[in-house]
Amino acid sequence: MAVGQVSWQRAEAAGPRPATALARKRAFGEALAAGLLAGPAVLLLFALFLLPTLAVFAIAVTDWQFGARSLAFVGLKNFAELFADPVFRRSLLNTVVYVLIVVPATVGLGLLVALLIESGQRLRAFYRAVHFLPYMATLAAMAIAWEALLHPTIGIVNQALASVGLPTPNWLRDESTVLPVLAVIGIWQGLGFAMVLFLAGLKAIPADLYDAAEVDGADATFDRLGLVTLPMLGPVMMFVVIVTALRAFEVFDTVKILTQGGPAKASEVLLHTLYVESFEFLRTGYGAAVTIVFLFIVVALTLLQARVLDRRVHYS
Amino acid sequence: MKPGVVLRGIAKSFGPTPVLRGVSLDIAEGEFLTLLGPSGCGKSTLLRILAGLETQDDGTVSIGGRPVDALRPKQRDVAMVFQSYALYPHLTVGQNLALPLRMRRLSKLQRLPLLGRAMPGTRALADGIAQDVARTAAALEIDHLLDRKPGQLSGGQRQRVAVGRAMVRQPAVFLMDEPLSNLDAKLRVAMRAEIKDLHRRLGVTFVYVTHDQAEAMTLSDRVAVMLEGELLQVARPRDIYADPEDRRVAEFVGSPKINLVDGRVPEAGFVDAAGATLALDTGLDRGSAVTLGLRPEAFLATERPGPGVVTGAVRLLEHLGSDLYAHVDVPGLGTPLIARLPAEDDGVPANGGTLHLRTRLDQALLFAPDGRRMRPAKAKRVTPLPLREPA
Repeated sequence: MAVGQVSWQRAEAAGPRPATALARKRAFGEALAAGLLAGPAVLLLFALFLLPTLAVFAIAVTDWQFGARSLAFVGLKNFAELFADPVFRRSLLNTVVYVLIVVPATVGLGLLVALLIESGQRLRAFYRAVHFLPYMATLAAMAIAWEALLHPTIGIVNQALASVGLPTPNWLRDESTVLPVLAVIGIWQGLGFAMVLFLAGLKAIPADLYDAAEVDGADATFDRLGLVTLPMLGPVMMFVVIVTALRAFEVFDTVKILTQGGPAKASEVLLHTLYVESFEFLRTGYGAAVTIVFLFIVVALTLLQARVLDRRVHYS
Repeated sequence: MKPGVVLRGIAKSFGPTPVLRGVSLDIAEGEFLTLLGPSGCGKSTLLRILAGLETQDDGTVSIGGRPVDALRPKQRDVAMVFQSYALYPHLTVGQNLALPLRMRRLSKLQRLPLLGRAMPGTRALADGIAQDVARTAAALEIDHLLDRKPGQLSGGQRQRVAVGRAMVRQPAVFLMDEPLSNLDAKLRVAMRAEIKDLHRRLGVTFVYVTHDQAEAMTLSDRVAVMLEGELLQVARPRDIYADPEDRRVAEFVGSPKINLVDGRVPEAGFVDAAGATLALDTGLDRGSAVTLGLRPEAFLATERPGPGVVTGAVRLLEHLGSDLYAHVDVPGLGTPLIARLPAEDDGVPANGGTLHLRTRLDQALLFAPDGRRMRPAKAKRVTPLPLREPA
């Protein structure tokens, strides 16, 4: 014991200085290597994501117009103007209404289709592909096809309605129908994506749970759904809701091609306002303020997923 | 004896592959019966047919004297414990235990969230359920876990909750599908004892599926050995071991494995096997082939070669504390013989040395070339214990 102590003390007395110098040198080398390796990625991160975002914040507090040689700091004037602007308020409200129609319908129908495909035996791949097609197609091209279908006189929708004696509204030119019609197109497009995710989620549910539910007496469709399917789909459901909501907030293609926000701003949505202000009226400062509102909504949604829902749907 | 579970001619195929080939089995009420077999032998499928989770292609199932073929699982009065436990991960332990009772005792409306509580009678029923859950949890010593989710429990605790969920509604038959195979070795032995104790306390029929012969031997009143979709033998554990009906049963049960030695009858009353001539009356004609089954404990180490003594070179010695397993290469045999000798036996030579083994011929099992057990009238063997009287 004593011998051991002595030798330990000696090692302590003799050892430290060279060891520390060596360690310091090595730590510096490691830091240098780490910096070199991470450097390009950090640079790109700043150049591609962080700086543009900061630039948007900077532009939003100026009166800069695209191409102008001078700009002035205006503080929060753009935001004050924004929230006083009935067009922007209409745009925000329309977007929220659009999201509130599209998200529940896409998630609900996507789940329904996934459950039907999963419960059937035949032609599964066919049904899967058919429902996924709209998601893969270019929405701009599809929008033109929808325009033809919805044409007030020669469109197939109104011809069909007329043939059974139903009213034939001018779908895209009527203030009361334009937003629901755009929502239907949004649902039609996003359904396949939700369905594919739900199908993957359904496959991951252990069959034992269904067996246990059956032995326990929960063998009716809705009992199974409530006891096993929906709770076990929780994480997938959360993901689908968030992604669908984000995509719905971003609605632009159909609006730009079919309605340009009309009639009478009845289909004006956030991204379209942003586009018009920034690139048609060239009010870049004002457009940047719209962007920040949009960014705020997106970040809030993402945080909601991370904080609240995540805790409630993961069980382990 | 009251009728427990009766299976008659159960057959099942998945596509072109037959899984069960006409299985018939009588399980007495209150009996602990184990279906033992390697994976893929159809034992789990048989259990699932019994539970009603799978439909048989042919044959009938009755429980408590009542045919249940047309009944759904919940109407069969059976409860099942799954290998994966299959607990509902979003429900607490208490809710997991209450679920089978809620499904049974409450109507659809009464089960509705919020609204159900306002329905007449829900309160009293809910109190009854809570009491039953508390009683079951106390019996299994999981009452301190009732508010936790399954994800927060250890493997052993989950196992108990799964048993509790099966127990709580007092079924007539308990079905257990490899309930211990996800536990570590130590816990498995402990839970084995608890399941045995549970059976004693509840006194209801248990049908237990396992591939682990130790579980089958220690837990069961009777063991049903299954292979390739057929029942080979249904008997008490010690009879399965000492008196197997089939070469495959003898091979499957017992560790280390039984020594199977091909022999030939040189003249009536003798068998030539493993380089020795054994005085064994097989009742077979001269020149017939026979397979000798010798359990590792059917050998005694001896000093000298002699008539009826097998001689070989020690290949490996395994000291297990209480026993010593000697693997012996015998000329003419493809696989080494394994002999179980007393650990304190000093006469066993080291590796490479020559070992003489006297065979206890009263324990030798004889198998025909097709694998069936042969029971010559004169040959001495362990007298099997009388089986239970069938109903």
